[in-house]
Amino acid sequence: MRPFKYTTAKDVTSAVQQLAGNPQAKFLAGGTNLLDLMKEDVERPDELVDISRLSLTQIRPIASGANQGGISLGGLGKNTDAANHPLVRQNYPLLSQAILAGASGQIRNMATNGGNLLQRTRCPYFYEVAMPCNKREPGRIDGPSGCGALEGINRMHAIFGWSEKCVAVYPSDMAVALAALDAVVKVQNAAGQERSIPFTDFHRLPGDTPEKDTNLNHGELITAIELPQNKFADRSYYLKVRDRASYAFALVSVAAALEMDGNRIVQSRIALGGVAHKPWRALKAEKMLVGKEATEANFKLAAAAEMADAKPLEHNKFKVELGNRSIVRALLVAMDGHKS
Amino acid sequence: MKDENETPQLTEDEKKLFEDLMPEDLDEILDTGVNRRHFLKLLTLAGGGMLAAQSAAAEQVFSRSLPPSSGSLAPATIENGVNVSFKVNGMVRKLMVDSRMTLLDTLRERLELTGSKKGCDQGQCGACTVIVDGRRVLSCLTLAASCEGRSVKTIEGLAQGNAGSSDAPSLDRLHPMQAAFLKHDGFQCGFCTSGQICSAVALLEEAKNGDASYVTENIRQKPGPVQLSIEEIRERMSGNLCRCGAYPNIVAAIQEVHSGKPVEQTWQLVG
Repeated sequence: MRPFKYTTAKDVTSAVQQLAGNPQAKFLAGGTNLLDLMKEDVERPDELVDISRLSLTQIRPIASGANQGGISLGGLGKNTDAANHPLVRQNYPLLSQAILAGASGQIRNMATNGGNLLQRTRCPYFYEVAMPCNKREPGRIDGPSGCGALEGINRMHAIFGWSEKCVAVYPSDMAVALAALDAVVKVQNAAGQERSIPFTDFHRLPGDTPEKDTNLNHGELITAIELPQNKFADRSYYLKVRDRASYAFALVSVAAALEMDGNRIVQSRIALGGVAHKPWRALKAEKMLVGKEATEANFKLAAAAEMADAKPLEHNKFKVELGNRSIVRALLVAMDGHKS
Repeated sequence: MKDENETPQLTEDEKKLFEDLMPEDLDEILDTGVNRRHFLKLLTLAGGGMLAAQSAAAEQVFSRSLPPSSGSLAPATIENGVNVSFKVNGMVRKLMVDSRMTLLDTLRERLELTGSKKGCDQGQCGACTVIVDGRRVLSCLTLAASCEGRSVKTIEGLAQGNAGSSDAPSLDRLHPMQAAFLKHDGFQCGFCTSGQICSAVALLEEAKNGDASYVTENIRQKPGPVQLSIEEIRERMSGNLCRCGAYPNIVAAIQEVHSGKPVEQTWQLVG
């Protein structure tokens, strides 16, 4: 690991100012991804500002404003605490399930809510500094450049929204549920200004700038994640399909939620993980389900409509059919309330 | 193992010397007890040696010439040094670490606690699992510098009745989880075992608190103590890999401690 200066932040204001003063500095929260990347020489900050002791850990109901009746998760709260909070389990069970589908007990005890959103891809070409990668080293001229995965082993990679520059997928499970639940990310910058970023605008598709994972600016700190009130709690499910039963990244995951009036679907939310550079909202499928009966046949039609747009790579063609079946199964479980 | 240096308490002279050398640690040591062998080792490390315990003059010399804490190196030798103080198995440890130093390397290389293992050093295997402020975490992905004021428990701190205490001289009383791992043969090579046991000990607390897992049947149910099925244990222990494949025995050991009832071990011949 390269040498870096370690400092601790007293409060949010000093934290964002410390970072703004040094373009090479990074915030350190749970550290579960950042330290790993620093050991691999992928991330090379010369200063870490430890924000893990700031008081942005509360989970509380939102009393006023656009998301009144919803819930606010502190940016530095631990994943374990978010997943197990009674309000989250009762009103946003989809989020609890998604968090608990990710990583391991140890890592969820360390990882923060804000940090979870800022995880970087686990693409092996991004992690291995001897390989070409436009995300890790954009515009590098003295060595390998380009995307190693595009023509390489791309079994784990994207089937939606990729570009010639990057075919990596975004790894978080929590974020897939947050995308489905129309969360809002609250951030603060060095000037003390706050802004709200709708979740679907938070992460980016790779385009020509795969080095930018999100629309967060340097020095901006995630202070909270807000979830609006909804009527999905009775019928939702997070399905994660992976190479082993637990503690592995998704091949495909589905966050599915339905609001029902009798047997008619009032509205639906479907987001996919493991298929794109950001959590992929299945808007076509969602739209198709509105007003329809919640039957397996309708779920299949909706899934097929969404997956028809997929553009698989050489080694991940299986993800198209897997996505199809996973959407149907997640919706069935959401309706039924049982997992099997 | 019996050590002739081990007597129940420090002598008055030793206490006095300790107070001069490490005033901030004295209360801790008097409360939790430290054996004489360990005490003498600390003195030796600090450059004091045997003389210190005997001569008041030597005591003064040593206390003047020594750095303020046992673990610190000269700051000039460490780039980006960070002074940090945290408890390890009940004992306050103060040292200066390179900012890059992980908690795992600090435990193993600076504090001589080699029970926590370095498997992958990337957060993928769980061999380095320790318990910080009551929660299991990965020490390989934790900076020592970030542990200021924290309380760390390692595999070395799980057993009760430490060697040197008067009622259980030199004979440790294993933590029930350690005993269950022995009984159920929850390991083969043993490299992942300290991480498995620390993880399992913390897991029991999580179950008691009603924490959910991905396989919890009804996530919306009001949280209460969780009854750990085999499926639940497997899911909740998935962050600890065992290359020898002792999983069925590990699960049996955890089930036994969790339920308080003996768990039968069953074998099946490959048909």
